[in-house]
Amino acid sequence: MRPNALRGSILALALAALPMAARAQAPLAAEGCLGCHGPDGRGVTGAGAINGRDRAELIAIMLAFRANERPGTIMGRIARGYTEAEIAAVAEHFSRIR
Amino acid sequence: MTMILSRRAILAAGALLAAPTPLRAQGAMRLLVIGGGFGGASAASFARRSYPDVQVTLVEPQRAFVTCPYGNLLLGGERQISQITHSYDGLRARGVTLVHDRAAGIDAAAKTVRLAGGQTLAYDRLILSPGIALRWGAIEGYDQAAADVMPHAWIPADGAQTLLLRRQLEAMPDGGVVGLAIPGNPFRCPPGPYERISMIAHYLKRHKPRSKIIALDAKEGFSKQGLFQDGWRALYGDMIEWVPGNRDGKVVKIDVAERVLETEFGTRHKVDVANVIPPQSAAALAAETGLVNDSGWVPVNTRTFEARAAQGIHVIGDANIPGPMPKSGYVANTTAKQAVASAVALHRGQTPPEAVYFNTCYSHVGENYGISVVGIFRPNADGTAITEVPNSGGVSPRGDLPEQRRAEAIYADAWYDSITRSMFG
Ligand SMILES: Cc1cc2nc3c(=O)[nH]c(=O)nc-3n(C[C@H](O)[C@H](O)[C@H](O)COP(=O)(O)OP(=O)(O)OC[C@H]3O[C@@H](n4cnc5c(N)ncnc54)[C@H](O)[C@@H]3O)c2cc1C
Repeated sequence: MRPNALRGSILALALAALPMAARAQAPLAAEGCLGCHGPDGRGVTGAGAINGRDRAELIAIMLAFRANERPGTIMGRIARGYTEAEIAAVAEHFSRIR
Repeated sequence: MTMILSRRAILAAGALLAAPTPLRAQGAMRLLVIGGGFGGASAASFARRSYPDVQVTLVEPQRAFVTCPYGNLLLGGERQISQITHSYDGLRARGVTLVHDRAAGIDAAAKTVRLAGGQTLAYDRLILSPGIALRWGAIEGYDQAAADVMPHAWIPADGAQTLLLRRQLEAMPDGGVVGLAIPGNPFRCPPGPYERISMIAHYLKRHKPRSKIIALDAKEGFSKQGLFQDGWRALYGDMIEWVPGNRDGKVVKIDVAERVLETEFGTRHKVDVANVIPPQSAAALAAETGLVNDSGWVPVNTRTFEARAAQGIHVIGDANIPGPMPKSGYVANTTAKQAVASAVALHRGQTPPEAVYFNTCYSHVGENYGISVVGIFRPNADGTAITEVPNSGGVSPRGDLPEQRRAEAIYADAWYDSITRSMFG
């Protein structure tokens, strides 16, 4: 085996072996949600669970809040602060937490 | 092709990955956090959750933390002290090394912190979140001894100040007067004094309905003013009188023996219970380390929260000047995460992450009556300032909206539950 190929494979393996927690790290934009929706977005009394929901559904909800098309007490004000890229990253993150 | 690697090859791969920072190969990054409140506890917990390979030590003199948030509900009779007191056991279980001592001095060049107990701790990066100091003497006659008679209840410490104010309210006769002195900007928790007025009124309305509250304010306006005043009128009638700075509301002198709050133009307000919230500055440690500017607060890098005056020291929470962001627990929490991520990145020779900061501050105006202010902030393009994202955030709508108020009171509880779990869990 050529040294370069070996090096590439080892790198891939070493990356795959990164601790779960480090790989599952929330984008910082998602950290903002945890201040109300609880650890891992699993919800607490009064603030619903946002984990484990379909990614596209989460994106649609956030975009609707942002466009004032979904009634909300405070989520409209919050959603308008996020970029579309952040909404996608946040939705991706929470959709993966079961 | 399937590859079978020897243990030696894997170890070699590890060394290869670590190659860019050979100096660090001897040991894990040492992140030292000073202050176990909203900023510090959030930082320590987040660091352990996100970077399991980083060693985290937290220095905090107190064995348990009493939150300012929901302290006003204690005054209103809606919470007990045990419900707003949090142990550090959760952080310990997460692998944070707790040192219950006071930081007595920081040597930024040597990267060491001296503790009051004599120990010296070395760090690679320091997160500093010591909170505020009260400027004793800024109001004539208001010193530490005066606070034993007229509590500030603005730094709860072991809870004694908040409990003292509660006992005084309980001991007050029906028909008595509660006086508050409220400082000019900037100070810890812009809506805090007005939630406090609301919660004291909530208590008085039930138990001492002939009583009055006079709020003497150095300012001419305040956070969520319209919403608060709508709520006061609706719930408490004329129980509350708010006197702004331009109508002689600024308290400049205290007469503890006579229980008098004296204003700029010499009006003497005699009260039965006094709550004096004095002007503030960054905690003593930040000043002693030479991190503050003339304002008494710490200027910081808008992305990394590194103190402008010292490399390697990230100052979060109320001690810094974070542009338009309020001095709130939520801001302390969100900036803690950015500061930790930046500290780790810088230590590893990487670029700190893009920044976005969040704030949601709920206030309880009465039973089932909550209001809020939301803010989302980012550093501007050249990083010289933090700005609020246009067209986002803002306060709750005004008007007669009982369902909105009820929902926000419930969300406030969810916020308290979530944020304290994210700090201490
Ligand atoms: C009445 C009231 C109500 C509030 N309500 C809300 C609210 O609803 N929502 C909200 O978001 N915010 C609220 N706040 C604001 C919030 O409490 C502060 O913004 C937050 O506590 C700031 O966090 P911090 O880490 O800077 O300071 P703190 O939380 O005060 O923590 C500082 C810690 O540092 C420690 N310390 C100090 N010096 C040293 C030293 N030399 N060595 C070691 N440790 C040291 C202290 O013991 C303390 O534990 C409220 C404040 C008040 C007063």
